[in-house]
Amino acid sequence: MSSGKSRMSELDLGKLKPYGDILNDGTIQVSFTLPVEPSPEAREAAIQFAEKMGLDQIKVATMEKAAQGFSFFVIYGNIKATVDFAAIKVLKVESRKRARDEIDAIIKEKIGRKLIVLGACTGYDAHTVGIDAIMNMKGFAGDYGLERYQWFDARNLGAQVLNDELLKLAVRENADAILVSKVVTQHNIHVRDLQDLMKRAEQMGLKEKIIFVAGGPRVTHPLALECGFDAGFGVGTKPSDVASYIVEEFLKRRGILLEDKPTTGGAA
Amino acid sequence: MAHLNLDFSKVKRCRILAEEIATPVEEMIGAHTTVAIERATLRMLGVNGAVIRNGQYFPEANAIIEDLAKAKLLGQGVLPRFVSAMLEHGLDTRTLGTEAAEGRIKLSEVKLRPAAELQAKARELCVQARDHLVRQREYRDTLRRETKDTFDPQGKGGPLLYVIVATGNIYDDVVQARAAAQAGADAIAVIRSTAQSLLDYVPHGATTEGFGGTYATQENFRIMREALDDESRKLGRYIRLTNYCSGLCMPEIAALGALERLDFLLNDAMYGILFRDINMKRTLIDQHFSRRIIALSRIVIHTGEDNYLTTADAVENGHQVLASQFINERFALNARMTQDLMGLGHAQEMDPEHPNVFLLEIARAQMTRDIFPDSPIKFMPPTRHKCGDIFYSHLMDAMFNFVGVLTGQTIQLLGMATEAMHTPLLQDRWMSIKNAKYIFNGARSLGVDITYNRGGIIDHWAAKVLDETLAHLEMIRSKGLPKAIEEKAFAEVSRKETGGKGHDGVVLREAGYLNPLFEVL
Repeated sequence: MSSGKSRMSELDLGKLKPYGDILNDGTIQVSFTLPVEPSPEAREAAIQFAEKMGLDQIKVATMEKAAQGFSFFVIYGNIKATVDFAAIKVLKVESRKRARDEIDAIIKEKIGRKLIVLGACTGYDAHTVGIDAIMNMKGFAGDYGLERYQWFDARNLGAQVLNDELLKLAVRENADAILVSKVVTQHNIHVRDLQDLMKRAEQMGLKEKIIFVAGGPRVTHPLALECGFDAGFGVGTKPSDVASYIVEEFLKRRGILLEDKPTTGGAA
Repeated sequence: MAHLNLDFSKVKRCRILAEEIATPVEEMIGAHTTVAIERATLRMLGVNGAVIRNGQYFPEANAIIEDLAKAKLLGQGVLPRFVSAMLEHGLDTRTLGTEAAEGRIKLSEVKLRPAAELQAKARELCVQARDHLVRQREYRDTLRRETKDTFDPQGKGGPLLYVIVATGNIYDDVVQARAAAQAGADAIAVIRSTAQSLLDYVPHGATTEGFGGTYATQENFRIMREALDDESRKLGRYIRLTNYCSGLCMPEIAALGALERLDFLLNDAMYGILFRDINMKRTLIDQHFSRRIIALSRIVIHTGEDNYLTTADAVENGHQVLASQFINERFALNARMTQDLMGLGHAQEMDPEHPNVFLLEIARAQMTRDIFPDSPIKFMPPTRHKCGDIFYSHLMDAMFNFVGVLTGQTIQLLGMATEAMHTPLLQDRWMSIKNAKYIFNGARSLGVDITYNRGGIIDHWAAKVLDETLAHLEMIRSKGLPKAIEEKAFAEVSRKETGGKGHDGVVLREAGYLNPLFEVL
């Protein structure tokens, strides 16, 4: 039976290190491929890479021939660097997560009409799994999509919608919010398309009238803000996260703050 | 092989329904042609060059057909005018192709030759085109024999390992493809650039940039096939090459695939309609002609039923997949394809946390095997529930491989641990192949050594899905395919018969329509 106290009480958030099985051991596992045949020289090169990554006590778990002229490594080591966790400030979507019933009730009470939300994959993007998960009735992981809400008029425009058309439709339909989903990121097409939309939106004077939300597996809140959007949501976002944000933002723009103090709830 | 206790009288009824569903569609197909069919015809006759327009290559076939379409002169097809011009100017097909594409000869102004002369010459050209395709097929088959190819449509030798490359640069793809072959892959697919299916032309030449994939071009096919021929000889094992027909250029991709000796082509009767919003008639007419070419070249098609389960729930919608497979089978048979060329597709996409999920997946995979015993069925891996935890993802792929080898799948599209992250790195693919080889070898004979519990969970689930499929096909037959699709028969998607892209490329055949390829292929 161990009689000493656990080292966990010695955790110093100012000097955070990775954890293998002992506090501050700094254990890291990395894997990578070198475009050379497996050999003692290749192994040594891998170790040198690990050293350059700031690891010591390096153990090469395996060196495998992944193809002619390619070797694959799994390496364990201990990283010497630390991170000051206590000093970290991250841009997060600031809104309290609410459940669907609550959100419906708030819209009914405080707004009195359905909020119109348009959703689409824009540009060449045809990967609608994400926007479907947020908008379609079925939703995602038991959290129902915006179509299921009584007080959202949610319209999923699907794939490959051009920015121009999206904005024109939003004006015609008096949309309150636009959700843009971007999946393909090669050559940073997602960034260019998102920036283009917001440039047009600004030219059309829509930035104050409409809430602009971006989403996608490689989308983050900071990236969305950089592109001119109001919020960004990434992997693991549930429909109610987006719904909560839209409602709070809609009311905030009209000077109405909801009673309970919003606590920061970051999108995963 | 362990078999389920399926009611084959119901299976037979499903096939009859599929035939009845297809019949009115075949009538519609026979009354039309499309710009893509006419372009594919020109390509098979040798018109495969490109002209420069706005600083970019534009296929000669497109330039020619576009001109005739604008003048509304496609009702008889391209051949009456093309062949008349050949006879008048004494040019071969390639030269005329260039002259016409560059506007020096205007096919819209050509005087038509007498019908008998046209028919004879057109037929002669089509027979030559057909014979060339046969020679390409034979070259391919010779190489397969040379490398002692063991591919068996029924999957008796264990699943074929199929992986994907997609760097955007065909030359980088060649490196990845060779590496994958060396690691043990049997078939390579080059994913196309995103949205290529919506281009109404086939890009020209070798390409080094693409979005989320590499453009499918004739030159890219040639480059990759040449590399894989070399690798096949080196490894003593034939490596297959796959590309994708779907989209507005289905017949052309089929033609180019046949010309460049591809082995597998993704080709689905309904995918373009449902997932790319391509016009229903355009897709159905194009798929027929494309499959005539494919049948002649004895290329194996892969159908896209995996896609249904990325929008519809996989636990609840197995019947959509099976109904679609029966329909794809029927359209393929109507295009003179044989069962051993039909790589009907399905996927393991159920929620991994569903109780007894592996029993349900086994039921679906085994029933596909039992219902299509002579078809090289293609099993596709989890994608929808994949996430950034690559270790868990790798396990999901292992279980998928286990179900595949247990149920005797013919083609196994290997899962990637990094599916949710990026197009596969060389190491991701290597890891995936190692996974498959481990499980395919270790459980190689499991399928023949067990029997399924009569009336157990697996048997029961298969029977349930078969019943639902039968009801689904009855519904589709009573409404007709177009109406059924409009009313969301597949993948929760609704499409209207006159909606979608490419509708303007559908042309009603007029009296005098000439295209002997329909007879000679």
